[in-house]
Amino acid sequence: MTHLLSARNLNKRFGAVVAADNISIDVPAGQKLSLIGSNGAGKTTFVNMVTGYLRPDTGSIALEGSDITALAPRHVARLGICRSFQIPQLCLELTAMENLLVAVAAAHPAGLSIWKPADAPERRQRAEQLLEGFGLAAFAERRVTEMPGGVRKLLDIAMAMARQPKLLLLDEPTSGVSAEEKFGAMERIMAGLSQEAVTVVFVEHDMDIVARFSERVIAFYSGRIIADAAPDAVLKNPEVQRYVTGGHA
Amino acid sequence: MDLALTIGIDALTYASWLFIVSLGLTLVFGVLKILNMAHGSIYALGAYAAASTVALFASWGWSPASSLVAMLFAAAAVAAVVGPLLERTLLARFYGRDEVLLLLVTYALFLILEDATKLIWGVNPYYVSEPYSLLGNIEIGKLVFVGYDLALIGLAAVCGLAVWLGLNRTVAGKVVLAVIHNPEMSASMGVNISVVYSVAFTIGVFLAALGGAFTAPMISVQPGVSVSVIIVSFAVVIIGGLGSIEGAAIGALVVGLARAVAVHVMPEIELFSIYLVMAAVLVFRPEGLFQSVKARVI
Amino acid sequence: MAPTKALAFSLAAIAVLLLAGLAAPKWLLFLSTMAASHGLAILGVVVLMRGGGATFGQGLFFAVGAYGAAMASIQLGITDAILRALLGALAAGLLAGLVAPLLARYRGIFFAMLTLALSMVAYGILSKWSALGGTDGFNLPRPTVLGMMLDTSWADYVLYGLTVVFAALAAAGVAVYFRSSSGLASLAVRGNDLRVEYLGASPRALLALNFSIAGALGGLGGALTGLALGHVDPQFAYWTTSGEFVFAAILAGYQSVAAVFVASLLLEVVRSFSNLYFPNTWQLALGVFLLLVVLFRPGGIGSLWSGRKAKPARPEPEGEPAVACKEGTAT
Repeated sequence: MTHLLSARNLNKRFGAVVAADNISIDVPAGQKLSLIGSNGAGKTTFVNMVTGYLRPDTGSIALEGSDITALAPRHVARLGICRSFQIPQLCLELTAMENLLVAVAAAHPAGLSIWKPADAPERRQRAEQLLEGFGLAAFAERRVTEMPGGVRKLLDIAMAMARQPKLLLLDEPTSGVSAEEKFGAMERIMAGLSQEAVTVVFVEHDMDIVARFSERVIAFYSGRIIADAAPDAVLKNPEVQRYVTGGHA
Repeated sequence: MDLALTIGIDALTYASWLFIVSLGLTLVFGVLKILNMAHGSIYALGAYAAASTVALFASWGWSPASSLVAMLFAAAAVAAVVGPLLERTLLARFYGRDEVLLLLVTYALFLILEDATKLIWGVNPYYVSEPYSLLGNIEIGKLVFVGYDLALIGLAAVCGLAVWLGLNRTVAGKVVLAVIHNPEMSASMGVNISVVYSVAFTIGVFLAALGGAFTAPMISVQPGVSVSVIIVSFAVVIIGGLGSIEGAAIGALVVGLARAVAVHVMPEIELFSIYLVMAAVLVFRPEGLFQSVKARVI
Repeated sequence: MAPTKALAFSLAAIAVLLLAGLAAPKWLLFLSTMAASHGLAILGVVVLMRGGGATFGQGLFFAVGAYGAAMASIQLGITDAILRALLGALAAGLLAGLVAPLLARYRGIFFAMLTLALSMVAYGILSKWSALGGTDGFNLPRPTVLGMMLDTSWADYVLYGLTVVFAALAAAGVAVYFRSSSGLASLAVRGNDLRVEYLGASPRALLALNFSIAGALGGLGGALTGLALGHVDPQFAYWTTSGEFVFAAILAGYQSVAAVFVASLLLEVVRSFSNLYFPNTWQLALGVFLLLVVLFRPGGIGSLWSGRKAKPARPEPEGEPAVACKEGTAT
């Protein structure tokens, strides 16, 4: 069976720091996988390598069997892997609608046009659909600079969804969201995603979120994988408790 | 053999001039992250101030040797007046903003200073050539060189050494280096960033003015002097790497050599040999020969 | 702007300007011609600026267009003004397209300095090329228009009309481009090029596109300026020429195409005025003005009427938390 994503023997060092130590992960289509680990354990490095921002020193990454290791981020995106960022990467002076219109335009198979308007009715519709899916309709005409952090996070994810990716990587989707709202935000995100049948890999620090929303958890430590199983098993793992969660399940 | 020597000495003298003139530019960029388009205008201010001061000292009957002191004094005066004034009242408003915005601000400054100089000193050229013959001529083999030109080499070495020692061997210098590498961290450690910026900018201004002051005897000081300097010092600094002192030295030598060769071998390409080298460096190694700031490439 | 609306506006502007030109005195006609032809070069700078690239080298394309229009008549025997302007624009656009992929790797001041270096290389070449007149440049014979020789009494008006037509049509084209998906994506590149890359588009390709458009516009502006002046010289490529275009671009802002021509006209008016009365303070005025714009109206004069201030959001219902949640799903 060809997995959706297949990472084999990824190694990456930054000077003396080992960011990835022989990482191999297979992700079947439709899975909800979460990556946990303390800061600097290698989770974001993994995401950066999969999306083409970093090249692994050795190892390979394949999407549905085809090698994507050396591709630039835009090529990886075109093949169906999109991501959101720890610090939302948005165009600050544009409105939410404009940000999404760019995303929708870039997703168009014919590419960008030098005369067809960016806000043509079908495109606006698609952008509105994305906004509504994440509950952001009220912010459509607001500039990003005027949005609270939690809203920016959701917009960042909505942008990543514009291409209807096969695989979505979310880097700390609920960080910056207040404690009472985390679950609501994650529900909103998952609801937004379920409409599109996406495989999701998310990096998280909140173990309750991890337990509730993922079916498989991989724990990182110092660039190595120290556990890979269902949430219950991983969270009870003594090494994980020692290096990641810090005590109790 | 003679040709090689001539080219060599010419290259060295021109490189020295370039180095003095570009050192301030690269220092200001290194510390404040500003590429100062008004750098040439300050050079011009130094030249004009020197012309006036030398004439003044001469009118007081002071010895010709005092003209050297006059030039130094003029440069210092320009730095003391212009440096803190510009930095505090204008540049400080734009720190942290887009680097291109700051480029535009310094461009506006260049425009203003150009006309300000015309208003103060008029449009007629000034000649202050007495100091040029002060050091006589020096013979090397069959070739004769002007002592003043060779003294410039000495001045360049002094300036370079002074700045390098100041940065690397004094406590204040280490503080400046810290600010260069990480302003936020330095600020949170208690360093007064505004003072560092102000002082660094003033030193940069002083070096530019010094270059102008000591060049005044070699040229006719007139409007337009600044423009030729800006382009050439940009080239040196880009080639050597923005923010690097060693880079400025190497860049100056490269440009000096290129120009000296061009002047003696193929004079038609003199002007744009410099720009060509700069463009070539930007294309192949945009961070310069001594990388201090990485050019942003996607 | 939608294509039909842009075209309509532009045709209306042409009609108004052509009519007004009939009544205008010669000096005003010439001033307006310069405003329009320089405006094209400034428009190029604005296109590039809007896409995230600051250029101090527009003079390169301005000069290539001007010399191209001149050479078309000398080398190719083409005397028609329209053809010569188009050839100038084409030459500049091609050069820009050739050089663009190289430059598009850079951003910020490195990009700016590289464009400056290239334009100064061109200045150096043109200054030393004695066949092209060296530093003095050379004079061009009066062009023909659509096969007709220009009567001296009508020449100024015809060249004015030609320039206005070209400028208005180009402006319409650019307005349509700004609204297109490439145009919006360019704005996004300016804001966050990493994001654009991750969306699957190429910021480098967009920058190269904008650079090529800017080059073509610069060339068109240069050709028309050369034709109207009857003279071309290396000063067209000098960095201070580019600097004036940048100044006007900042003054105009990138939100309104019309603002570009208003800014250009303002610049020409102040330039003529100061040349007459205050020749030694022209640059001082420019510099002070630039500072004022940068300090107080960084969006340029275009932001005065195109109002990119976002409309206020619909008032939020009471108790709505910071993250928009569907009611009833909070734990």
